[in-house]
Amino acid sequence: MTILGLPSELWFEAVLFGVLLGCFYAAVSIGLSVSFGLLDVPNVAHPAVMIVGSYFTYVLWNRGVDPILAGVMLMPAFFVAGVLLYRFYYESFEKRGSEAGVRGLAFFFGVAFIIEIGLTLGFGVDQISVQAAYIGSSWEIGDLRIPYRMLVAFGVALVLTFSLSLYLSKTFTGRAIKAVAQDEPALRLMGANPVRIKQWAFGIATAVSALAGAMLIIVGPVDPSLDRVFIGRTFCVVVLAGLGSMTGTLAAGLILGIAESIVLMNPELGASWAPAVAFGLLLLVLGLRPQGLFGR
Amino acid sequence: MKLSRRKVLKAGAAIAAASTLPRFAIAQAKTVKIGMSMPQTGPLGAGGQAALVALRMWVDEVNVRGGLGGRHVEFTVYDDQTNPANTPGIYTKLLDVDKVDLLIAPYGTVPTAPIMPLVKERKKLLMGNFSFQVNAKVQHDMWFNNSPWNDASSWSDGFFAAGKKAGAKTVAILAADNDFAQNLANGARTLAKKAGIKSVYDQNYPPTTKDFSSLVRAIRAAKPEMVFVMSYPPDSVAIIQAVNEIGVGPQVQIFGGGMVGLQFTPIMSNLGSLLNGVLNYNSYVPGIKYPGIEDFLKRYAARAKEAKVDPLGFYLPPFNYAIGQMLEQAVNGTNSIEDAKLAAYLHKNELRTIVGPIRYGTDGEWAHARVVQAQFRGVADKDIEQFRNPSRQVVIYPAAYKTGDVITPFDKARKAK
Amino acid sequence: MKFWLGALGIALVAAGVAMSGINEYFFFAAFVVLTFVVLATAWNILGGYAGYVNFGTSAFFGAGAYAAVVLFQWLGAPLPAQIAAGAAMGALLGFGVGVMTLRLRGIFFAIATVAVVFIMETLMINWRYVGGATGLQLQRPEVMAPFATYARMLFFFLTLMAIGAVAIARYIQTSWIGRGLRAIRDSEEAAEANGVPTLRLKLVACVVSGALMGAAGAPMPMYLSFIEPASTFSLNWAIGALAAPMIGGTIHWLGPVLGAIVLASLQQIVTVTISGEINVLVVGVLLVLFVVLAPDGILGLFKRWLKRSSR
Repeated sequence: MTILGLPSELWFEAVLFGVLLGCFYAAVSIGLSVSFGLLDVPNVAHPAVMIVGSYFTYVLWNRGVDPILAGVMLMPAFFVAGVLLYRFYYESFEKRGSEAGVRGLAFFFGVAFIIEIGLTLGFGVDQISVQAAYIGSSWEIGDLRIPYRMLVAFGVALVLTFSLSLYLSKTFTGRAIKAVAQDEPALRLMGANPVRIKQWAFGIATAVSALAGAMLIIVGPVDPSLDRVFIGRTFCVVVLAGLGSMTGTLAAGLILGIAESIVLMNPELGASWAPAVAFGLLLLVLGLRPQGLFGR
Repeated sequence: MKLSRRKVLKAGAAIAAASTLPRFAIAQAKTVKIGMSMPQTGPLGAGGQAALVALRMWVDEVNVRGGLGGRHVEFTVYDDQTNPANTPGIYTKLLDVDKVDLLIAPYGTVPTAPIMPLVKERKKLLMGNFSFQVNAKVQHDMWFNNSPWNDASSWSDGFFAAGKKAGAKTVAILAADNDFAQNLANGARTLAKKAGIKSVYDQNYPPTTKDFSSLVRAIRAAKPEMVFVMSYPPDSVAIIQAVNEIGVGPQVQIFGGGMVGLQFTPIMSNLGSLLNGVLNYNSYVPGIKYPGIEDFLKRYAARAKEAKVDPLGFYLPPFNYAIGQMLEQAVNGTNSIEDAKLAAYLHKNELRTIVGPIRYGTDGEWAHARVVQAQFRGVADKDIEQFRNPSRQVVIYPAAYKTGDVITPFDKARKAK
Repeated sequence: MKFWLGALGIALVAAGVAMSGINEYFFFAAFVVLTFVVLATAWNILGGYAGYVNFGTSAFFGAGAYAAVVLFQWLGAPLPAQIAAGAAMGALLGFGVGVMTLRLRGIFFAIATVAVVFIMETLMINWRYVGGATGLQLQRPEVMAPFATYARMLFFFLTLMAIGAVAIARYIQTSWIGRGLRAIRDSEEAAEANGVPTLRLKLVACVVSGALMGAAGAPMPMYLSFIEPASTFSLNWAIGALAAPMIGGTIHWLGPVLGAIVLASLQQIVTVTISGEINVLVVGVLLVLFVVLAPDGILGLFKRWLKRSSR
């Protein structure tokens, strides 16, 4: 029996794989949920920064560090980089008002390209990959094979989403970040410095990207041009979730992951159509319900 | 100081020549410029780098012998990154800016396809480099390919024959959406139909596909007895890894066929034992006796070591060296470097190379194919030198070079020693 | 009047150059520079005048290229017909994108245009008639007299196209359309409140911009005698089309022209002398530098210098 072109015995596998893939997509989008969703920074360079994380993970792995550990080790450095990047963006664009919106966008676009070419010049156009005990083998349950690398990404994604969610709702700075997203003048009146809070938040978003990059290279090989396809996936997840919702990001990631997985396994559509799923879904959401599923 | 006869003769000839030529001709030494782009990065990069070592070796050796038809060879190479969008610009530059005399094609179907209309228009001879059926539509009459296959049946016959012997009646076809894989897949589909083999799965994937687990799952669900894969190096690696992670099912008798990259030394040593059981094509494996090839491999190994590139040099280097040998024979045979004259010579004559005698059909491909299908067996991890042992790649087809029988089913062959 | 005299002069010079004995490679490189002049001018109509940032130039460009290929494969159409088809396809896509502006602003619009690129690319990848992901080899017909080679002929046609694009941009800029677009750029709500027909104006800008980009894409397959999706829809076209006006200046039609000539020529020089990859780095670096340091582009710098020296 075939449903939507997929034979029924493949459905369960497709959904299962989709869930794992979806959590991975949520994990790589969560940084963007903070920087774009909460702070309104048009950071189209977010996937490129994540790829830098992948490459640094690779460099550390070459020196004998486990990839997941490498990702965690990179987080402080990326936090600092994020703070500096936001500061620069703020001084050059945000301060000068809305006309700078166009230029801010162009700025991040340029940064993404510079990063991509920089990586190509430094590492070449070829794919890089890492190896670990959990990469290449699967968990066998009956006829089902679940690759361990997907389980690792799944686990990290869950941990990331929930810790970020907790941080934003339970800690002081976390709640200040949410406040600055909702009502900046009010925050200022209360004596808090919105710029410092936004800077801090952007730093967190960038740090999270480092770990996301480590997961990216665990899940599969990476090359410098990978950021282009992930612009679609990450923005699709963030927009579908509704700006600023962390748990929404997880849900949106799952939807995208399952949709892509079903298309991938479909014998008619297969791999030729899978890249368009994220972008198609994005256009659909933008057209029908731009505020997303859980938007503010 | 002992003067060899050759040196004396050379000196004498030079003096004689210098005294007969008018002044300005002495000022310019005769050179011939050979130009090409070679994928040194990108999917075919690993193979291209090894091929380039062999070509540079030929250029140096021919210059020591006095040059190509007495002309010193200047060799210009660019990196096209295996990107077909780069080659038209590079070859236009070679012709109009670098002003080269002779062209060699880049390694591989994908970078070569775009320049075929260009070379036909500009009426240039093009020495092909391991591409598959890239001249089929353009029908350039000055095209000469160095690869040991001609049409799809020269390739698929061996694979299907091995499958039929094991009683296989169904096939799954997985092909990259690029020139090479599509040419081969189209041929394979026709052959399968003629041989009464049923296709239970037939999928193209875009060359940028990185994750094959879903595709492998779908193949497994279709329960094929043969899996014919036509892929480029990064996909070949990913597919082999996915097959090991997920499995293709116990009914598969043979797996492989047209996977490019499993002949590149760095990939072979990287995949190691994951290769076992795969039945794939090759151009040369140790054990095949071509005249002069063992000596070539020794000279090549020394240069490859310096260049820090594939030390074995089995797949491409001998055939790239053969390009040089063919050019040399044509130039010497016609005493010219004009494209049309060289082309006429190459069409008419049998050429002697370190990969055996080559005779061309009217389409610029070999009149008689010599593709082998070999099965990987007993391969261990992280060992390059093991591949010098003929028992690691058992030649199944053709009969002339056979060194063993194929082991089926696929799962059994993976464990065989 | 001055403009048209200047345009005629340029066209004559181009024709003369095309017949001259200059090295063939000059035309090969100049073709790319002129393509960017058209793309940058087209981009600026929507991006500079109206303030809607389009990251999806490659979608229109590619649509034009593939429309030309289809017409060529199906009917053996000559170059002018292919260009017309490219413009038509670009206009159609532009209309669709224009409708999108109803709902989307700023970064949302920009990301949506990226989505259009990937979807167009995926559509072409799955269409075997135009070669799919593999691509298509094209047998060019004999080149039209009096041109000696394809590169020269395409150079001349593209010069004409550039003049046409600039003329259209100039007309829009100085007409009521331009005033309306400027109002939209400054504040769309205020413009609407003042009775400016914002939707109509945006649609005009999108359609014209898209048509010009599609027209620019049409000669590309003939230029390479080959077409394939990845390079045709590459984001490199988008960033060049966006960077050139940012570098040259977005207010006046001269800005994109200057920016494109400077940027694309620099890229070609770098490609020939250093490498193909670094040329994209040039675009990224110049874009970031100008956007941060000289937001009004070369024209802005020029104006400031004029003001300073007149004191």
